[in-house]
Amino acid sequence: MMGELDPFVVAVIAAMGVATYVTKAGGLWLLGRVDLSPRVESGLEILPGAIIVSILAPELIGGTLATWIAAGIVFLVAWRTDSITISLGTGVVAILALRAML
Amino acid sequence: MGGETTSQQGDAAGSESTTFSLAGAWKGFIACVPVALGVAGYGVLFGVLARQAGLSVAESTLMSATVVAGAAQVIAIGVWDQPIPVAVVVGTVFVVNLRYLLMGASLRPWFEELSPLQAYGSVFVMADENWALTMQELRSGNSAGAFLLGSGIAIWLFWVLSTVLGAAAGGVIDEPATYGLDFMLTAVFVTIAVGLWEGRSDLVPWLVAAGVAGGTAHLLGGQWYILFGGLAGAGVEMIRYDG
Repeated sequence: MMGELDPFVVAVIAAMGVATYVTKAGGLWLLGRVDLSPRVESGLEILPGAIIVSILAPELIGGTLATWIAAGIVFLVAWRTDSITISLGTGVVAILALRAML
Repeated sequence: MGGETTSQQGDAAGSESTTFSLAGAWKGFIACVPVALGVAGYGVLFGVLARQAGLSVAESTLMSATVVAGAAQVIAIGVWDQPIPVAVVVGTVFVVNLRYLLMGASLRPWFEELSPLQAYGSVFVMADENWALTMQELRSGNSAGAFLLGSGIAIWLFWVLSTVLGAAAGGVIDEPATYGLDFMLTAVFVTIAVGLWEGRSDLVPWLVAAGVAGGTAHLLGGQWYILFGGLAGAGVEMIRYDG
C-alpha cells in the first residue's frame, strides 16, 4: 500500500508533469516568437484564482450549514492573519465544534 | 551545473551578461531555504490530502518530484476521484499553470544568454516562490543565471521530502471526518483564494467564475465545471481589460 505504484496513476502523473513543464518552458520559448498582449496576460493572471473559486462555489452551494460557517471563519482568519497554519487549524476546530452543535 | 558560460552579447535588461556558475546556484539555494521551509509546511499538507484521495506514499512523492507545482497539485487532488477523471485532472493542471508562461517569459532577457540545457533545465524547478526571488536578484543587477536552478533545487528538496512526511502521516488516519480532515481541502482552497486576492478588480471575474461553475456543476457530468468556471473568469477579465 505504502510503496504501491499503479501504472495508470503513474501515467496520469506523467501527463500532469508534461502539462506543467510545457507551461514552464513555453514562456521561455514562446516569447520573442509570439507576443502576448497585456490583455491576454491579465487573463492568464486571473486563472488560478478563478479556478479555485470555481471549485469552491458548487461545494459551498451544496454544503451544510456547518460547512458554510466554518468556511466563513477560515476566510476571516486567513484574511486577518495571512497564515495557512492558523487558518487551517481554526477551520478544523470550527468544523468539529459546529458539527457537534448543529 | 559546473562550467561558467559567459556570453558577450548585451541585453535589454542589464548591462552585465548573465553567468551560470556553481556559486550562483549555491547563492540561490541558500537564499531560498527559509522560503522552502514555508513550502514544506504546504508539502506536508499536500501529502496528507493526496493520501486521503487514495494515492499511495510512492505515488504522492512521484507527483511532487515530477510535477513540482504546488497549487496545481492540490487542485488535482481536489478533483481526483475513482475512476480518475484524467482529462479534467490534466486539463485543470495545465490551465492553472498557464501563468507560468508569463513567469518564463519574464526570465527571457537573462536566460537567452544561457545554453538551452541551462535555461530549459532550470525552469523544471521553477515555482512561484523561487521565481519571485530570482526576479528580485536579476533585476537588482546580479547576473547569476543559475540562481533559479539553485533556489529551485531548495524548493524541490523540501517539497518532495515534506510530501513523503505528509503522505506517511496521512495514511495513519483512517476516519478523516472524525478529525475534521474532510473539511481540510475546502479550508485550503478558501485560504489560497484569500492569498490570491489582489483587490477589487478581481471581484467581477471571480463572481463570473463562481456563477458559471455553480451553474454548470449540475448540468454537466464530472468536474468539467471547474475548467468552465476558470476559463469564464479569465475570458471576462480579458474582455474587461482596458490597459
